[in-house]
Amino acid sequence: MALLSKKDTNLILDPLADNNPITIQVLGICSALAITAELKASVVMAISVLFVLGVGNVVISLMRNMIPNKIRIIVQLIVVATLVIIVDQVLKAFAYELSKTLSVFVGLIITNCIIMGRFEAFALGNGPWKAFLDGIGNSLGYGVILIIVGFFRELLGSGTLFGFKVLGDPVAKTGLYASGYENNGFMIIPPAALIVVGIIIWFQRSKNRALIEEN
Amino acid sequence: MSRDKRLTFKKRLHIIKHQMRGKKMAPAFNAFHTFLFSPDETTHNGSHVRGADDLKRTMNTVIMSLIPILIFSMFNTGYQHFAAIDAAAGVSRELSLFGNFFTAENFWLGLILILPILIVSYGVGLLIEFIFAVIKGHEVEEGYLVTGMLVPLIVPVDTPLWMLAVAIVFGVVIGKEVFGGTGMNILNPALTIRAFLFFAYPTWMSGDKVWVHQAMERTGTADAISGETILGYLAQNNSVEGVYSISDMFFGFIPGSIGETSAFLCLLGGLFLVFSKIASWRIMVSAVIGSLVMGLIFNGVADAGIISESSNFYGLMSFDFWKHLIVGGLAFGIVFMATDPVTGSQTNRGKWIYGFLIGFLSVMIRVFNPAYPEGVFLAILLMNVFAPTIDHYVIRGNVRRRMKRMKQARIYAPTAAAEELEAETV
Repeated sequence: MALLSKKDTNLILDPLADNNPITIQVLGICSALAITAELKASVVMAISVLFVLGVGNVVISLMRNMIPNKIRIIVQLIVVATLVIIVDQVLKAFAYELSKTLSVFVGLIITNCIIMGRFEAFALGNGPWKAFLDGIGNSLGYGVILIIVGFFRELLGSGTLFGFKVLGDPVAKTGLYASGYENNGFMIIPPAALIVVGIIIWFQRSKNRALIEEN
Repeated sequence: MSRDKRLTFKKRLHIIKHQMRGKKMAPAFNAFHTFLFSPDETTHNGSHVRGADDLKRTMNTVIMSLIPILIFSMFNTGYQHFAAIDAAAGVSRELSLFGNFFTAENFWLGLILILPILIVSYGVGLLIEFIFAVIKGHEVEEGYLVTGMLVPLIVPVDTPLWMLAVAIVFGVVIGKEVFGGTGMNILNPALTIRAFLFFAYPTWMSGDKVWVHQAMERTGTADAISGETILGYLAQNNSVEGVYSISDMFFGFIPGSIGETSAFLCLLGGLFLVFSKIASWRIMVSAVIGSLVMGLIFNGVADAGIISESSNFYGLMSFDFWKHLIVGGLAFGIVFMATDPVTGSQTNRGKWIYGFLIGFLSVMIRVFNPAYPEGVFLAILLMNVFAPTIDHYVIRGNVRRRMKRMKQARIYAPTAAAEELEAETV
C-alpha cells in the first residue's frame, strides 16, 4: 500500500511545477525579491514558510467548522501571526545573524499571499490531512523557486554559495577571479530577482505550452 | 567577365534561398543574403506605393551618421591617453589639430582598443538575433545594426570585453527579444546594455579611473594617470577653468565614454538625421530646451545663494546652464538615443513632452546623483517607460477635443445653414 494516494501525491507535486505559487500564480513575490540575495536566507525563509503553512493549514482545517464566516480573515491572521512569532523567536534564539539578515521579512510572512491564499482556498474546505499535504506542497513550491533564485543570485552576485567562496577569492584574486572575472553587482539588488523569476517563468512556459494563456 | 561572375554568384544565392525555403536555418541564410544583395522578391498583386526607406535604409542612415563619431573617437582615445601621460609627467601640452590630435599614433591606439569592442558588440548581438530568428522561425531583423554601433560608443574604453558580451546578451534578450524582437521593445536595447554594465560592474563604469586608457591599471604605480571627466571634476567641486576650454568641450577633446565626447559631431549627425527625416527634430529640440530649463533653475538656485559653496552639489549646480549640453553624454543621448522611433513617443505633442522631460531629468539626475555625475541614460530609460503613457493621454486628449468640436458642430451647423438659406430666400 502506498503511503499516499494518487490524489494526495498530486497535492504535493502540483504546486512544485504546474501550479507553482510563485511562477504560475505569481504570489509571494515580495519576499522572493527581497531575501534571495543569499542562498542561506532563501533556505531559512523556505523552511519558515514550510512550518507556518504546514501547521497553519492543519490548524485552520481543524477549526474550519467553528469559524464564523464573517470573521474568518481575522481568525486566519491570528493563527498565522502566532506561528510567525514562534518562527521569529526561534530564529532570534538560534540564528541571530540570519534573523538580522531576514529582518522584517520574517514578520512579513504574515502578509505572504500564499499563506492566506491556501487558508482561504484549501484549508477552509478540506480535512486536516489533505490541508497538511497542500500546505507542504505549496511551501515546497515556493521554497524551490526561492532556492533557485537564491542560488543564481548568490553565485553570480557574490561568487559564493552558503557563504563558501566557490569561485575563488575576489580580493586575493584566486580561482576564476585570477582570469579577470568579477562579481555582478546587479544580481545583488532586488530587481535582478524579478528578472531571474521572469526567466524561470519563461523557461517553464516554453517547456509546458499548456501554461500559456489565450488572449 | 568579373561582372558576369558576380551576377552568377548573386543568382546562385537566390537559388539557394529558394531551395532553403521552409528549412530551419533559412532565416540565418536569408539574413546573410539580404545583407549582401537586395531581395529578389517583389509583390505581385494589388497596387502599392513603394518607399525606398525600409528598415534597412533607415538603419544604414543612422550608421552613416555615426561613422564620423566612431573615427573621431579613435583619435580622441589615443589623444586622451597620451595627454594624460604627458600631464602625469608634468609636460604641458597644447592641443593642435594636426600637430598632436589627428596623428597616426593616436588613431592606431584608438583603433586597436575600439575595434575589438565593435567586433564583440556586433558578433555577440547578431549571434543572439540569429539564434532567436531560427528558434522563432522568422526573418532576422536589422534592429541590431544600430544598437551594435551605439554600444561601443557609450562605454568606457577599457571595458573588459567579456563584461560587454554578458551585458549584450542581457540587453538583447531581456531588453528586446522577450518582448518580441525588433520594434516591440519598451526599452532602448543599447541603453539597457549600458545600464546593466553600470549596475553590474560599477567599478569599471564610473569613477575617475575608467575614462582614459590604462588609467585603471596604472593606479597606485609611479606612472599613475588621471582619467577624470569634466562632470567628475565638477561633482567634487573642482573647477575646470584652465583645464578644458569651451571649444575643447564642444569639439570633444575631453575624456569620457568612447563616442560621447564631441557635441559638434553629434550636432552634425543630428542635422543629418533630421534632414534625412529619420529622427524627430521635435524630440531633439524639446530635449535641448528641457536641459536648458533645468540648468537655468540650478544656476538660479546657486546664484541666489540658497546652497552654500561647500555643498556637494554646488560645483554642478553653478555650472553654466548651456554647458551641460556640451559635456558628458547629453548631446549623444539626445541625438541618437532619445530619438529611437520604437521606444520614444509616437505622437507629435507626445514627442515634445517626452523630449522635454528627457532633457530636464538628465540634468537633474546629473546634479543630484551622488554615485555618478551623469544621468542621461537613466533619464532616457525612464522616459522610454513613460512614452506609451504620454501617447495614451495625448491621443485621449485629441479624441476629447474632437468629440467636443463635433458636439458643438451638431448644434450650430444646421442653424447657420438655415440662416443662410433664409438670407438667400429673402
